[in-house]
Amino acid sequence: MKALMFGWEFPPHILGGLGTASYGLTRGMAMQPDMELVFCIPKPWGDEDQSFLKIIGMNHVPVVWRDADWEYVKQRYGKVNMNPQNYFDFRDRIYADFSYRYVNDLGCFEFSGRYPDNLLEEINNYSIVAGVVARTESFDVIHAHDWLTYPAGIHAKNVSGKPLVIHVHATDYDRSRGNVNPDVYNIEKNGMDNADHIITVSNLTRQTVIEKYYQDPAKVTTVHNAVEPLSPEILAIPDKKGVKDKIITFLGRITMQKGPEYFVEAAAKVLAKAPHARFVMAGSGDMMDKMIRLAAARNIADRFHFTGFMKGKQVYEILKSSDVYVMPSVSEPFGISPLEAMQCGVPSIISKQSGCAEILDYAVKVDYWDIEAMADAMYSIITYPAMHAFLQEEGKKEVDNIKWEYAGQKVRRIYDQVINR
Amino acid sequence: MKTICFYFQIHQPFRLKRYRFFDIGNDHYYYDDFQNEEIMHRIAERCYLPANRAILEMIKTSGGKFKVAFSVSGTALEQIEVYAPEVIDSFRELYATGNVEFMAETYAHSLSSLGDPEEFKDQVKRHADKIYSMFGAKPKVFRNTELIYSDDIADQVYQLGYKGMLTEGAKHILGWKSPNYVYTASTEPQLKLLLKNDRFSEDLSMRFNNYTWSEYPLTADKFMSWIASTPESEQIINLFMNYEVLGSLQPAESGIFDFFKALPRFAAEKGISFSTPSEVFKLLKPVDAISVPYPMSWVDEEKDTGSWIGNILQQEAFRKINDIGERVRMVEDRRIRQDWNYLQSSDHFYYMNTRHPGGGFSPYDNPYDAFNNYMNVLSDFILRVNAQFPETIDNEELNSLLTTIRNQGEEIEELHKEIAKLKKKIAKTKA
Repeated sequence: MKALMFGWEFPPHILGGLGTASYGLTRGMAMQPDMELVFCIPKPWGDEDQSFLKIIGMNHVPVVWRDADWEYVKQRYGKVNMNPQNYFDFRDRIYADFSYRYVNDLGCFEFSGRYPDNLLEEINNYSIVAGVVARTESFDVIHAHDWLTYPAGIHAKNVSGKPLVIHVHATDYDRSRGNVNPDVYNIEKNGMDNADHIITVSNLTRQTVIEKYYQDPAKVTTVHNAVEPLSPEILAIPDKKGVKDKIITFLGRITMQKGPEYFVEAAAKVLAKAPHARFVMAGSGDMMDKMIRLAAARNIADRFHFTGFMKGKQVYEILKSSDVYVMPSVSEPFGISPLEAMQCGVPSIISKQSGCAEILDYAVKVDYWDIEAMADAMYSIITYPAMHAFLQEEGKKEVDNIKWEYAGQKVRRIYDQVINR
Repeated sequence: MKTICFYFQIHQPFRLKRYRFFDIGNDHYYYDDFQNEEIMHRIAERCYLPANRAILEMIKTSGGKFKVAFSVSGTALEQIEVYAPEVIDSFRELYATGNVEFMAETYAHSLSSLGDPEEFKDQVKRHADKIYSMFGAKPKVFRNTELIYSDDIADQVYQLGYKGMLTEGAKHILGWKSPNYVYTASTEPQLKLLLKNDRFSEDLSMRFNNYTWSEYPLTADKFMSWIASTPESEQIINLFMNYEVLGSLQPAESGIFDFFKALPRFAAEKGISFSTPSEVFKLLKPVDAISVPYPMSWVDEEKDTGSWIGNILQQEAFRKINDIGERVRMVEDRRIRQDWNYLQSSDHFYYMNTRHPGGGFSPYDNPYDAFNNYMNVLSDFILRVNAQFPETIDNEELNSLLTTIRNQGEEIEELHKEIAKLKKKIAKTKA
């Protein structure tokens, strides 16, 4: 069984949860002995872990014929750990004249690999490249991660006739609180209509897909995300906080989707009763300045701290020094971060509107808008040691059993189903 | 006869380093030494030293006719002492001529006059002590941070024993009145006021080097003839500005030093003299009282305090330092007292202002950054203050307890002395 996957991010250079989920899922699937994976990303950096799959950098796949020399290609491909023979295979299968578009000296598109302003153009280029890849590689099934790669998936399906599985990590309804961008909606809807099967990361997202995108419930299946076990070096990060106070943490992009304002309001309520609590809002986003003003207006700025953007190890440093983790997302397709917090032994409070709430029993669940309940939960975890210890212990046990291996097996069953149909 | 009163403000804050959340409780040093040193070196080199030399020369060549007043904040003095001590010597030399007056202000160039009267009193005293210890001068005229003034502040200043004060000649206060007279405060008729002449001051501080200004280039001759052509009865022209106008805000290449050096000659031609603020107060009688119900300052078009405590970030930070003030004053730990001084500088609040996009001369990227950094530092500071005494005791109770302890300490000491005396006596009688 060989799957051709289209993705946008892959660790270690990631911008959001999509990269983490892509990595975890492919790793879990690679545990199946007969599974072979090819993973396409716009711009590899060369330090990706290729031990269990093959990575194709879409910015190294030619779409315009160029007379290139083996040694030169070898040097360029070596930087991203790709086989130079692939270049010539790809070049033999260029299917149309794209010389009117901007390409580099190897005849390849340049990709930012991020989410730039000309994102729609990058998505389009990505799907042009996908046509070349699909003509070159042999595979049994196509798997496209998130809306950016749906057009590529459809293209590959049309070229190869193989079944297409799309993986919905989020919909535009989650990102925009209901005010969807029509361009994005179109791409999403088109992808779903053309898919042979749709995988969603939670039942919440499954409902959205069925109700808002009018999909047949029979072709939509939920496969919940999981977490990678923490590495020993992360487990060894010490608690570096210099204060004795209890710390309650929000970690993520500070945007409308994540509900940061509910966290600030709840913090003000907790501080009225427990003046020794401290709050940390880690991350950045377009609502950060507004949140700083809100904290100042609530007169809690000396106990409410903003760290700015956190990455890699810093994230775990924050988690390790926290006593409570809060994710008040207004709409979260899955939300992997509370699982990471629980792995670090931090009790979590999550909104009922988060996908991960469906599989977590030992996390406190509240409605995102219910700041009273949120404040209540924060207060009891920092005030009653028994509550903290219980959630810490049971929560850790619980997340340790949520494994990508199981998620991978579910995806495999879906592959078998679409191939044998 | 007309007279010109020059006054220069000299201030540098202790700028804060990048202070992260994880530093709270772990790191109690808050200052960006590298930046502070670099700025002090640069300003001393470009402005303080050449400007002091120029003024000394002017005093000498004019035969003692040229006079100026300075207000140097305590935080600036401390940094000068550490990073550019030669500036102190040149100020001493200037003071020795007798043509230079030092004015009183708050030690940290702080906003305490707006929020914490106790602290204000404390800081003014501390600043006066510092000036006395450095130059042997006893300031007689008061100048508040950035010329901030209101009726309320006039009361406080008068009660501290000052008979004169400098402030802004703001248009919304003066209306049709001219700033070129001596006024008194409406709430304290004994407190005399000198008001900044906006037009002439800003000709030097803002427009001097502006190529697009219709009067460019400004010469000493022209400037003095403008002053001479003011109405006969207006006898005092107050030119108040930042000392950095000489050499930094207006670079040496603009000819600012030569302009200044030419001033005394043309002034003498027009029969205009120079005076220090104290001399003006002795010389001239006040003509009227002015009433300022809301604080004003010398910055921006609005001439108000909005640049420091205008937005909610600034108000929040200001509220927090005013809340902790009473407790800090009970603490005797020297490092806490020192940090307390440095954290009060108005500059930290100015960096949080949202009025000037781009931040003016702020070391931060944006006001929110400035606020976060300051609040992190302040959080650590508050923790240190609260660690001194149990938080459960309120300030009043704590104060009386501390007094009792101090009194008992004194009593014990006295008793010890008496015991010693008696022991000696016994020893004597035995012998």
